[in-house]
Amino acid sequence: MGKVTMTVNGRQMTAEAEGRTLLSTWLREGLGLTGTHVGCDTSQCGACVVHVDGQPVKSCTALAMDLDGAEVRTIEGMANADGSLSAIQQAFQDHHGLQCGFCTPGMVMAAAALLKENPKPTEAEVRHYLEGNICRCTGYHNIVKAVLAASGQDVSGLGIAAE
Amino acid sequence: MYDFDFVKPGSIDGAVKALAAEDAIPLAGGQTLLPSMKQRLNAPSVMVSLRGIPELQGVCRDGDVLVVGAATTHARVATEAAAEYPGLAALAGQIGDPAVRAMGTIGGSLANNDPSACYPAGVLGSGATIVTNAREIAADDFFDGMFATALEEGEIITSVRFPIPQKAAYAKFHQPASRFALAAAFVARFAGTVRVAITGASEGGVFRWTEAEAALKESFTPEALSGLTLPAEGMIGDLHGTPDYRAHLAAVMTRRAVAAAG
Repeated sequence: MGKVTMTVNGRQMTAEAEGRTLLSTWLREGLGLTGTHVGCDTSQCGACVVHVDGQPVKSCTALAMDLDGAEVRTIEGMANADGSLSAIQQAFQDHHGLQCGFCTPGMVMAAAALLKENPKPTEAEVRHYLEGNICRCTGYHNIVKAVLAASGQDVSGLGIAAE
Repeated sequence: MYDFDFVKPGSIDGAVKALAAEDAIPLAGGQTLLPSMKQRLNAPSVMVSLRGIPELQGVCRDGDVLVVGAATTHARVATEAAAEYPGLAALAGQIGDPAVRAMGTIGGSLANNDPSACYPAGVLGSGATIVTNAREIAADDFFDGMFATALEEGEIITSVRFPIPQKAAYAKFHQPASRFALAAAFVARFAGTVRVAITGASEGGVFRWTEAEAALKESFTPEALSGLTLPAEGMIGDLHGTPDYRAHLAAVMTRRAVAAAG
């Protein structure tokens, strides 16, 4: 057991960790930040994606101790300072980019990483970038639409998916 | 997973010392190792993180050679090698998904030598040299069958030295669930020679397709490969594809790689 400290959503946070404590466990159980979801726990599904030092990382496949001192952003840190939804979150709501919502935290974090790297992606680029994030409701069409809308592009021609 | 002691040395010497402990193993990006530990396929007593060692990081040019630090992530190689060695950068950009590429490293991929991994093809196809804390190993001598390499116990890859070819390309047929290669080919043309490495196909792991190399040396065109086939014997057969299918697919990927290299 040891103490691990990271800057999480702009605040310095400390919690205990064993060697085997995963970043996802440390965030959820150590800090109570349960917005980061654990889906497959095998680094396939992407529900647990957070940003570590600005990069998207599957938090179920990283050790908390290895990331001591890192800067981490989770879904809890995505809203605007006044509490309103960020552009990406609002686009998910506006375009029905979620059904059960389980994959949504990872989808939003992955989308934010994409738009930072590529502010005006094509539809194909969005689909390609999100290949590590699985939605078992298979609501991909509206997720892609939400990400394109969040990038400020006109999505009126994409139609509405018949769910 | 079972618990272990975690250490994160700041130097190669420190890592070598820490790895002398019984059942100690190095941790690079962890994108294969941590899932295998969750399945209890691996249960070290000590994990030695290599993420805190500055000498293992980065991409730099050394004359005609591109040097990639062993702990450099796929994401960094995909961007930082793009100008010097675009074929290698493109390979790195096709590994896994963006989140895996942000953590996974070249050294980890090579030490693991998964028979369907991308980097072994890029390294063998480039005729690269694997540099460790103890010696230099030619790619032709490094890969030693499925999940096996020439690395000794406690030996750490420190960098990989890639001779930069005139042309190179990687063609990968993704296995969509795992995002590993169902079959893939890396083709590199140097002055007077061509190298072709196939991954994802053989039960023996990555291998050089020497008949294709000879044909491409005469004429570096996809047509030069027409009629050339790989034997199905020794190819991987699983629920994703039969040995015949993989042998055929590997040849198709080789032709596509040549076409892409131009």
